[in-house]
Amino acid sequence: MDKGLSLRQVSIAKDGAPLLSVTHDIAPGEVLTVMGPSGVGKSTLLAFITGTLAPAFTVTGEVWLDGQNITHAAPHQRRVGILFQDDLLFPHLSVGANLAFGLQPGGSAAERKAKIAKALEEVGLEGFEDRDPATLSGGQKARIALMRMLLSEPCGLLLDEPFSRLDAERRAQVRDMVFDRARARALPVLMVTHDAEDAQAAGGVVINLGGA
Amino acid sequence: MNRRRFLPILPILTLLAMLGPVAAGLWGTLLPAFGHLPAAGLIGPSLEPFRDLFDWAGLPRAMLLSISTGLLATSISLAIVMLVTAGWSGTKPFRALERLLSPLLSVPHAAAAFGLAFLIAPSGWASRLLSPGLTGWDRPPDLLIVQDTWGLTMTAGLIVKEVPFLLLITLAALGQADAQRSVAISQALGYGRVTGWLKTVFPRVYAQIRPPIYVVLAYSMSVVDVAVILGPNTPPSLSVQIVKWMSDPDLAMRLEGAAGALLQLGLVIGALVFWRLGEFVFARLGAHWVGSGMRGKLDRPVALAALAAGAICALSVLFGLVVLTIWSFAGFWGFPDALPDGFTMRNWMRFGPGTLEALGETALIAITVALVALILTIGCLEAEYRYGLTFSQRAVWLLYLPLLIPQTAFLPGLQTLMLSIGADEGRIPVMLAHLVFVLPYVFLSLADPFRAWDTRMGTIAAALRSSPNGVLWRVRMPMLLRPILTALAVGLAVSVGQYLATLLIGGGRVATLTTEAVALASGGDRRAIGVYGLMQTGAALVPFALALLIPTIAWRNRRGLRHG
Repeated sequence: MDKGLSLRQVSIAKDGAPLLSVTHDIAPGEVLTVMGPSGVGKSTLLAFITGTLAPAFTVTGEVWLDGQNITHAAPHQRRVGILFQDDLLFPHLSVGANLAFGLQPGGSAAERKAKIAKALEEVGLEGFEDRDPATLSGGQKARIALMRMLLSEPCGLLLDEPFSRLDAERRAQVRDMVFDRARARALPVLMVTHDAEDAQAAGGVVINLGGA
Repeated sequence: MNRRRFLPILPILTLLAMLGPVAAGLWGTLLPAFGHLPAAGLIGPSLEPFRDLFDWAGLPRAMLLSISTGLLATSISLAIVMLVTAGWSGTKPFRALERLLSPLLSVPHAAAAFGLAFLIAPSGWASRLLSPGLTGWDRPPDLLIVQDTWGLTMTAGLIVKEVPFLLLITLAALGQADAQRSVAISQALGYGRVTGWLKTVFPRVYAQIRPPIYVVLAYSMSVVDVAVILGPNTPPSLSVQIVKWMSDPDLAMRLEGAAGALLQLGLVIGALVFWRLGEFVFARLGAHWVGSGMRGKLDRPVALAALAAGAICALSVLFGLVVLTIWSFAGFWGFPDALPDGFTMRNWMRFGPGTLEALGETALIAITVALVALILTIGCLEAEYRYGLTFSQRAVWLLYLPLLIPQTAFLPGLQTLMLSIGADEGRIPVMLAHLVFVLPYVFLSLADPFRAWDTRMGTIAAALRSSPNGVLWRVRMPMLLRPILTALAVGLAVSVGQYLATLLIGGGRVATLTTEAVALASGGDRRAIGVYGLMQTGAALVPFALALLIPTIAWRNRRGLRHG
């Protein structure tokens, strides 16, 4: 079976007017960047892949992930991870509980605790388990959101303008961290952005939609 | 699996629970109004009931009372709320009024009405405080203030309760009206604060608060509990008379009652049409006024007068509660002493056990009904989210429909209908009747915060392999704990305050704090009324306090939810 994320003749239309069409195979560990100004349907493409598309849109084509057609699968059964420009940590849960939410079920309580501690250590936030997410800095939140998503063991990764809220200094740091982790886990990555620097740093194929 | 099939039918179930009893009740009113009541051996159709109704000498006055109370209470409370908001929103006095809003809203109509009566009656607290020093009275003057022939005190009793309601609705609408910038612009163009607000913000706000205004109009025209306490007796308002006919042991009187109920419905529809036409006239005049470019000369006095009126409304409810409290602990309290000779627990010892029994009944009904309403509401909103349904403006009117049809038009019919099919009156029918009124308020209270929730949270949770139910229970509901508890408290307060539904559908056998308190009105035992009125207020107020307290404690270490 083919590993990776494949978009096969995906065409998106809103209220009958065509927005975009994409056909592309993203191999494990590779990044496909979709660029373009807002309103060309970049985020709509991601919503189609996560299965959360608004009813106003109509889509033809298929999405395959690791040899399986996930076009019609329920959102929670697709094994596609996503990061947005906002961290979207659950405000009612502690940092540790946010990570536990992502962590796949199974294992003893002690084992799960150890996995969460290790994830925090991996991004330099040891001992943050009991912290309130609202008390963290932007860069810290972004790192927790990344680890929460990775702990759910996705088979593919979507990035929706993930670095645009970070200041210039943090931006490169977090960006490298995300791409490194994705490569280390051999995840196919689809990023949408309007930032040329992000596209360049991703180092993969870039598709330009609309505009220049 | 079960749930997946269950969820889609919840919106239909909700509509049925809300509109079913209304439709059945109107049907049950229509038949006897035209002389058809087989249970009493009467077969129609005939116009006899209407002939009896029009022969009743009190009818013209009763109709006039219904119309004048409704139009006056609605227009005065609307004017107060609009002018206070125009003149003061964003200032300190306004924030003080805002803070008083929730407690004022949760005071049941009956308790507020008793409080007002105890304040302004000839032997009330106001007259005691001023006597004999200022007035020279050493006996209560012989004036008909409470239960006055023209229903003015009843109108005042409605206004003090409708002002907080309309203010709450207005505050919610202001957020979407871009009010602050519009006022800033008009002030920069030389307009006074009030004039600028009325010319720029008012039209947008009014368009949004129109349905609740109609509710206030329909309610004020047909209210029963406030009318029993503050309204005239000879003749009473039409709705009170309808309830009298319906409670008559002679079944034939129900026909006249049903005819009266249809007339009440017609009056409310007529008043709503009249109000709608008035809107057109006002819009015309308003457009002319805007076009005139007048900057407003009377802004300051108008704003001050409105603030004074708003403060009087708030204070009369608050001081009403104070005087209820004093009476509930009062020993001998002779006129014109400002305070009783002594305070005693005797009243509470005497009436306490009775109130506890009524409290149990009240709580059982309110908790069941509010929980059912909450489950149906969350089910509807979640179904809307999962299946991408959207509700049009028309559908929103469906929510308001049970509140726009006067209670006295369909509850008597519902009771007659139950009687003729042999259904037993009692607690469960009362709960179903309460649900009709509780559901819209719970839905309206929760819908905005529920829809405002960031759905990307749901996308993230689903990407973390949480099922739709997992997202609802583990993410959405905990995040929305505060608005969910507030909606529950609103539901409880609405159920606690229900008078007519409990009285008629319970067949007089379901005794809640509200029915017991209103029943005391004719006796005039101020100590008993004090005890019952306070218990009734407490039953409505405590849930609101808990709805504030519980999220604050549960999320004390979660800064992201402190204002959510």
